[in-house]
Amino acid sequence: MKRAPYALVLAAAAACAQGQARPAARPAAQSQPASTPRAPAPTPFPSTYRPFPSTPTLIRGGTVLTAAGQVIPNGQVLLVDGKIAAVGATVDAPAGVTVIDATNRFVTPGVIDTHSHLGVYPSPGVQAHSDGNEATSPNTAEVWAEHSVWPQDPGFVRALEGGVTTMQILPGSANLFGGRSVVLKNVPSRTVQGMKFPGAPYGLKMACGENPKRVYGNRGGPSTRMGEMAADRQAWIRAQQYRDKWERWDRDHSGTAPERDLELETLVGVMRGEILVHNHCYRADEMAQMIDMSHEFGYRIRSFHHGVEAYKVRDLLAADSIGASLWADWWGFKMEALDFTRANLPLVFEAGVRAIVHSDDPTGIQKLNQEAAKAIEAGREIGIDVSLNDAVRWITANPAWALGIDRWVGTLEPGKNADVVIWSGNPFSVYTRADQVFIDGALMYDRSNPRRQPRTDFEVGLFPAEAGR
Amino acid sequence: MRTGTIAAALLLAAAPAAAQTIAIEGGTVYTAVGAPIRGGTVLIRDGRIAAVGASVPVPAGALRVDARGKWVTPGLIESSTNLGLVEVEQVQETNDFRIREAQGGDQVAAAFNVSDGINPRSMVIPVTRIAGVTTVITRPSGGLIAGQGIAIDLLGNRVEDMTIRSPAGMWASISENARDAGNGARGGLTMRLREVLEDARAWNTSRQAFERGETRDFSVSRLDLAALQPVLAGRQPLVVEAHRASDIQAAIRIAREYGLRLIISGGTEAWMVAGDLAAARVPVIVKVLNNLPGSFESLGATYENAARLRQAGVQVAITSGETFKAYTLRQEAGNAVAYGLPWDEAFRAVTLYPAQIWGLADGYGSLEVGKVADVVVWDGDPLELLTRVEHVFIRGREVPLVSRETQLRDRYRHIDDSRAYRP
Repeated sequence: MKRAPYALVLAAAAACAQGQARPAARPAAQSQPASTPRAPAPTPFPSTYRPFPSTPTLIRGGTVLTAAGQVIPNGQVLLVDGKIAAVGATVDAPAGVTVIDATNRFVTPGVIDTHSHLGVYPSPGVQAHSDGNEATSPNTAEVWAEHSVWPQDPGFVRALEGGVTTMQILPGSANLFGGRSVVLKNVPSRTVQGMKFPGAPYGLKMACGENPKRVYGNRGGPSTRMGEMAADRQAWIRAQQYRDKWERWDRDHSGTAPERDLELETLVGVMRGEILVHNHCYRADEMAQMIDMSHEFGYRIRSFHHGVEAYKVRDLLAADSIGASLWADWWGFKMEALDFTRANLPLVFEAGVRAIVHSDDPTGIQKLNQEAAKAIEAGREIGIDVSLNDAVRWITANPAWALGIDRWVGTLEPGKNADVVIWSGNPFSVYTRADQVFIDGALMYDRSNPRRQPRTDFEVGLFPAEAGR
Repeated sequence: MRTGTIAAALLLAAAPAAAQTIAIEGGTVYTAVGAPIRGGTVLIRDGRIAAVGASVPVPAGALRVDARGKWVTPGLIESSTNLGLVEVEQVQETNDFRIREAQGGDQVAAAFNVSDGINPRSMVIPVTRIAGVTTVITRPSGGLIAGQGIAIDLLGNRVEDMTIRSPAGMWASISENARDAGNGARGGLTMRLREVLEDARAWNTSRQAFERGETRDFSVSRLDLAALQPVLAGRQPLVVEAHRASDIQAAIRIAREYGLRLIISGGTEAWMVAGDLAAARVPVIVKVLNNLPGSFESLGATYENAARLRQAGVQVAITSGETFKAYTLRQEAGNAVAYGLPWDEAFRAVTLYPAQIWGLADGYGSLEVGKVADVVVWDGDPLELLTRVEHVFIRGREVPLVSRETQLRDRYRHIDDSRAYRP
């Protein structure tokens, strides 16, 4: 399972010509003061995100779905300095505030997707853009999705038009350990650093089941589910040893500092709770295996992704407080996606699991509200009544929790970041569209104002002006 | 769970069910041809619609379905799917929608008709029909000429009982999906398509000489050449998958050259050549939820495709373009409304218009006397996602609202390890 580590990093780095040699990374101890090294190192790729300019804004007259427990008919939301300053039936607004009349419309927190490949599998989906799977080894925990993201993916803009303000970009799922995810704000930027959600923890994409088998079955393995488990466990054992080495070094700094290992840094980050596990897993029995493995090595699974059979083990998910990032109704494309039910989301919700509607798809991400609506209906068929507020949580507060950013976003509560969507109507109606989308209080999208509709570099000049779009 | 359905009774006595007289009473009836009828009745007799109106006398002994407060519509028609031809996409053994000639062979499989490969017991069928889809065009995929698709309704144990029209069309492709057939270039693709059509035309006028071995070689098999005759005669539509505006124009040119009845499928950039399509009276089958410049042949993708085409006078049918999610057809239609298509037009784009495009309108696509009784009762607007399907009738028989998906749901409604001994 182990292989020469640096070759793969090079293969993933678009800027490096293929096969070009690069000096091996220096051992950490020689490059940093003796007192600091402690894997994982702080990111050398810090966020440079700055909120876009905003003016104090009062949204009034709409039905406010706070996702925090209340629905406020004819409510008011005040955005000041990028934060939600007040929410209520009436709020005290400063003089000169910009007023938006949301009568007959709905107001929600910005939509958050826990599972997107925008930027790493961008449009157009040509081979030259295919940067989402470093499918050269079953374990590529050392790769970071942010090093693949193309900020000019037109999909970001489309997702914004669908009310999406934040999304996790994942690598994988060809590999058992696909690499680190990155959480992005859906803002136009020349660099991915300019989109990075400040303070958001990294995620680790893990995958089990058919994908790694398919990709590696004829390339040295693993070729079976038991082979996958063995490879996973061996990786965690190495991570434990690596962690112990660094802890010894941190205690007494005697001898030579351990050599840095990007792959193991990521896994150790998981063991320390600093990196959140997002585990692609379809079958009920597989999820149970992954849960047992997390117990064996003392890490936690933050959220199962895809989880087509999550309803079968919703009690196990609830017992471990594992979120369920699910599609409303995808199925049939492979064996492990066969046992679906449209009631998956409402069933896990009823069991007390944090239900999350995820997309894994550049079209689906634009309509997470509609995906949720289909699941609400499926719940009603069996007597599970999902309130409007709870349904909104499936696409706002719960994904925020799964990404570890619920301190800042996911609900409309004073003090939180002013990520807000004004919908033309009930967000669960097929006819409803996002009218205005705010990120940190700045109006990033306005359906009625073409000057407030971002356009990526890629789409500049595609058609003669008279053709329109 | 659902109550008050007559499905169970019909299941027990399946044979006489078609002869049953059923009155669906009190709902708002959307016929797809006229104004909605409030408090209307749809009377079904012998699998056909016997009456539709506000004051229809209900014969004694009729099964009465209370549709007060409900919407009553024709069943929805899905125009592009592989339904019945695939059970699990990535399990190759269950894939029956393309043959080798259309994949690695000469890319021409005109003689291939999907009919015998259809599994009436496909688990995907119940999942689809309980969402109000009663008729589908199930089609081959792959290659320059994929073969012949057929129109079926989603009820029956034998394909002949389900078949409405076979073939319903001949599927071809002028798109990146078929690039292997073009010898590396788009112009090669259309060159090859013309070659095959030329061959079919030449073969037709020299059949006897061909049998004696006295003709030149033809580039495809005799079966393919024969299968293309109804297309050349204009009796069977050539359905061309094309996305780039210029590819659609190329398809129109070829159809004109050979006098073909053309239907464009996909048509991502069709709105950009809507005038050409309208002038040539070519209908387009569009998937609404497709707005990404996902390839260089679909840079012009927009959710407003359907609305703009209709505005320009092009007849549009809406498709989900799916097999496993063909039940999202109404979501596609609903989104067409959100992006500018009037509701009536979106509704007809999944009922009456596909029936017309596929030549089924004498029996399907609207609630009119004499038509086949494919009827759906909904608890609200059928294009809305929160709307529930209450009853589905196909050929006048109520379909139980049960699928493998609902059975798994019910099996796990409460978690207990004795479930293996339950249905």
